[in-house]
Amino acid sequence: MNNHLKVLEDEGIFIMREVAAQFERPVLLFSGGKDSICMVQLALKAFYPGKIPFPLMHIDTGHNFPETIEFRDRLVEEHGLELIVGSVQESINNGRVKEETGPDASRNALQTVTLLDTLKKHQVDAALGGGRRDEEKARAKERFFSHRDVFGQWDPKQQRPELWNLFNGRKNPGESFRVFPLSNWTEMDVWQYITQEKMDIPSIYFAHKRKVFERRGVWLADTEFVNRQDDEEIVEKTVRFRTIGDATCTGAVLSNASTLDEIIEEVSAARQTERGNRHDDKRSETAMEDRKRQGYF
Amino acid sequence: MSNSNGTSQEISNNYLDMDLLRFTTAGSVDDGKSTLIGRLLYDSKSIFEDQMEAIEKTSRSSGEEKVNLALLTDGLRAEREQKITIDVAYRYFATPRRKFIIADTPGHIQYTRNMVTGASTAELAIILVDASKGVLTQSKRHAFISSLLHIPHLVVAVNKMDLVDYDQNRFDKIVSEFRTFAKKLDVDNISYIPISALKGDNVVEKSEQTSWYKGATLLHHLETVKVDSSQNIIDFRFPVQYVIRPNQNFRGFSGRVASGRVKPGEEVLALPSKKSSRIKEIVTKDGNLEEAVPGDSVTFTLEDEIDISRGDMIVRKNNVPNVTNAFEAYLCWMNEEEMELDKSYIIMHTSRTAQVFITDLIYRMNVDSISREDADTLKLNEIGRVKLKTSQPLFIDPYQINQRTGSFIIIDPASNVTVGAGMIRAGSTESKKNGKSGSDSKKKSPNVVWQPWNIPREEREKRNGHKAKVLWFTGISGAGKSTIARELEKRLWKEGRQTMLLDGDQVRHGLNGDLGFSPKDRTENIRRIGEVARLFFEHGNIVICTFVSPYREDREAVRELFPEGTFEEIFVKCAPETAHSRDPKGLYEKAKKGEIKNLTGFDGEYQAPKHENAVVIDTDRQSVEECADELINKFFHICPKRLKK
Repeated sequence: MNNHLKVLEDEGIFIMREVAAQFERPVLLFSGGKDSICMVQLALKAFYPGKIPFPLMHIDTGHNFPETIEFRDRLVEEHGLELIVGSVQESINNGRVKEETGPDASRNALQTVTLLDTLKKHQVDAALGGGRRDEEKARAKERFFSHRDVFGQWDPKQQRPELWNLFNGRKNPGESFRVFPLSNWTEMDVWQYITQEKMDIPSIYFAHKRKVFERRGVWLADTEFVNRQDDEEIVEKTVRFRTIGDATCTGAVLSNASTLDEIIEEVSAARQTERGNRHDDKRSETAMEDRKRQGYF
Repeated sequence: MSNSNGTSQEISNNYLDMDLLRFTTAGSVDDGKSTLIGRLLYDSKSIFEDQMEAIEKTSRSSGEEKVNLALLTDGLRAEREQKITIDVAYRYFATPRRKFIIADTPGHIQYTRNMVTGASTAELAIILVDASKGVLTQSKRHAFISSLLHIPHLVVAVNKMDLVDYDQNRFDKIVSEFRTFAKKLDVDNISYIPISALKGDNVVEKSEQTSWYKGATLLHHLETVKVDSSQNIIDFRFPVQYVIRPNQNFRGFSGRVASGRVKPGEEVLALPSKKSSRIKEIVTKDGNLEEAVPGDSVTFTLEDEIDISRGDMIVRKNNVPNVTNAFEAYLCWMNEEEMELDKSYIIMHTSRTAQVFITDLIYRMNVDSISREDADTLKLNEIGRVKLKTSQPLFIDPYQINQRTGSFIIIDPASNVTVGAGMIRAGSTESKKNGKSGSDSKKKSPNVVWQPWNIPREEREKRNGHKAKVLWFTGISGAGKSTIARELEKRLWKEGRQTMLLDGDQVRHGLNGDLGFSPKDRTENIRRIGEVARLFFEHGNIVICTFVSPYREDREAVRELFPEGTFEEIFVKCAPETAHSRDPKGLYEKAKKGEIKNLTGFDGEYQAPKHENAVVIDTDRQSVEECADELINKFFHICPKRLKK
């Protein structure tokens, strides 16, 4: 039996166990988004009947949709998980980073500093991320086990070859790894898996009415965190989110999909990649690669 | 946005029946590989509007007239600048039948390591051939690496058919050229498809330009080829990855089934402790399983408390891997710092890590000519045959029989970087002497468990009073192989040696009566003879074989069957004119008249042995007696004079 979801799940579980076996202080980077929820599901399966032997780590920009935080806390509670929160607001208060200004101001870039600081503080040697190779062209060459130097940076030219199912997690003191168990998943796989597993996800993934305004072809939610300009008119639309990130840069799509089956139908007909609604990727053609080099998720 | 169409409906309903195929492509800028992948993604509707917009913009800004589909697959900044692909990139697309993972790799020789990496997880390889250029070295290199990595399916995509006016003769010629080359490779399943990635012919849609082609389109082939055919479902191997112990009452051994199957209640053995127990439960969060099969990530509990930890392996009692700390392998070197013999490296094999020394480089493989070369070391992107010794035993199988337990990586302990990737050929020669030689040969029946010989060869040799040996005479027809071999055997027999002479005509009449003289049949002929020679060898004989055996690879394959130093190759040569005039069987006469084709030494190819591998006998200069003398001197400690009649 070679069902593609089963193959991906078996592979993901294998990676989870490999991380637990090869590293001393791993964490699972949790954003509240569907990819990190799938990772939690894989981790629960990997260590059953035991508990997940590492904590979740959430980098909180302070600009989250409240639904995301509620969901996070419920998940942690239900499965008895440990949660570490790194706060961008704290990084700003400590003077580690400076808040951006202007209409496009976002804490998205700032979180890299908070992330690296939090990883360092907890001496994390492996951070599990929900990145997928289909998301963006710079990620197509990412390894499952991605080596980071002492500054948390990625060097795409010095990546270790990765063969068969042999994952080399050896490193020198101070160095670390980002590990991506969902490397081979596509957006469609994620949705199909969530449906197959009957998993709970934050409500903002489903169609709902929301006050939004349009900026350069992207519908942004009107929240207290966004610097809405005077000529940007608020309208109420039925929308849902295809990705969950910082409220300042995550665009909504117009949609009536209110069940998982309807979402799958919509995704398979969609003519835009899910990151097409991410303002942060639109800054330049190699925006993602540049951010990854610096240590972004 | 929420509008659905027929395709999406189909996908959303059928995804539970979809399976998964991983394949690899290799090629350079010119042969249209990126265009082909772009075409597959584009025609199967896996490209989104915003991706398309982005590449349209880039194409325009770099002054290209048409949208460059290749831009879809060239990710990293350096690649975009230099317009080359420098790393393995993974692409994804799906049809209603199947999900695909493409490992997209560059094809230049300096990227051999990337090709090996991409091939390591692939079940199918697309080899690109430019119809206007024919089968170039690069295509051959990729095919060779695919066979070395044991990819079960090859597709030769003859691209740019539009440049040769969709000419069937051109296609046929390329197919036949590739077939000839592929005889040297260990691949069973090769398909040939004429395509134009640029125009889209036979990629997704059947082309109207190639009405002479009756086969499937590339995508249809990818959708229907059998998956999982490289899996070994016979030999149960479970490398323990992690031990789950939430409380005193539960002790589970987690991992992914590398090969074979197992059910609760079945007896198993733990390595290296060799303690046995039975499978109690196959635990998953979704409920216990009735059976675990290859690829399953599961957790076993056992009936008995035995000490097992990461790096151990659970197997069946009567089907165990080779437990050894010395073995031979093909090694691909992947680092700028060259390989060092007798330096301490780290080896990762299944879930086990150990210290390792590369003790010997037997030869380096020239991946372009597919020949062996002498070398002192392996540099970046070079492949060679090596001997390794580990600090603790590993539980190995030959790579050809079991990819999971036959593969390993080498890590430099100073930098922690992966510097090499290996495919195990066989255990050490020590284990071969125990009657396991040949366990690494091409096997179609991996379920045959090797039993040691009842009476070991060593015992027979003791009784015979001499060692067993194989003398393999090769050379064109009429060179004098049989004459010398007969003389040699008579002398040895007289001296009381156990001998056996195998020659071409005997075997051709019986055992190999079903084989002709095509390159493929010739290869099979030699393979069978090699196996027969091995049986006589194990019986303690001095086995003398005289066969034209024109292909170097075939002879090398026979050599592999025997322990080091017991197989001797003797190249009997003379000028072609001499052979033609001797013509002992009248074959050259027939060939001249055109009655037979492919006669070695006339119109058939003969590949002479490399000098270091063979003793050369020149029958233009030496008499039969002198030749026999020389061989006796070289291989047997007998005074030649005593042996003369």
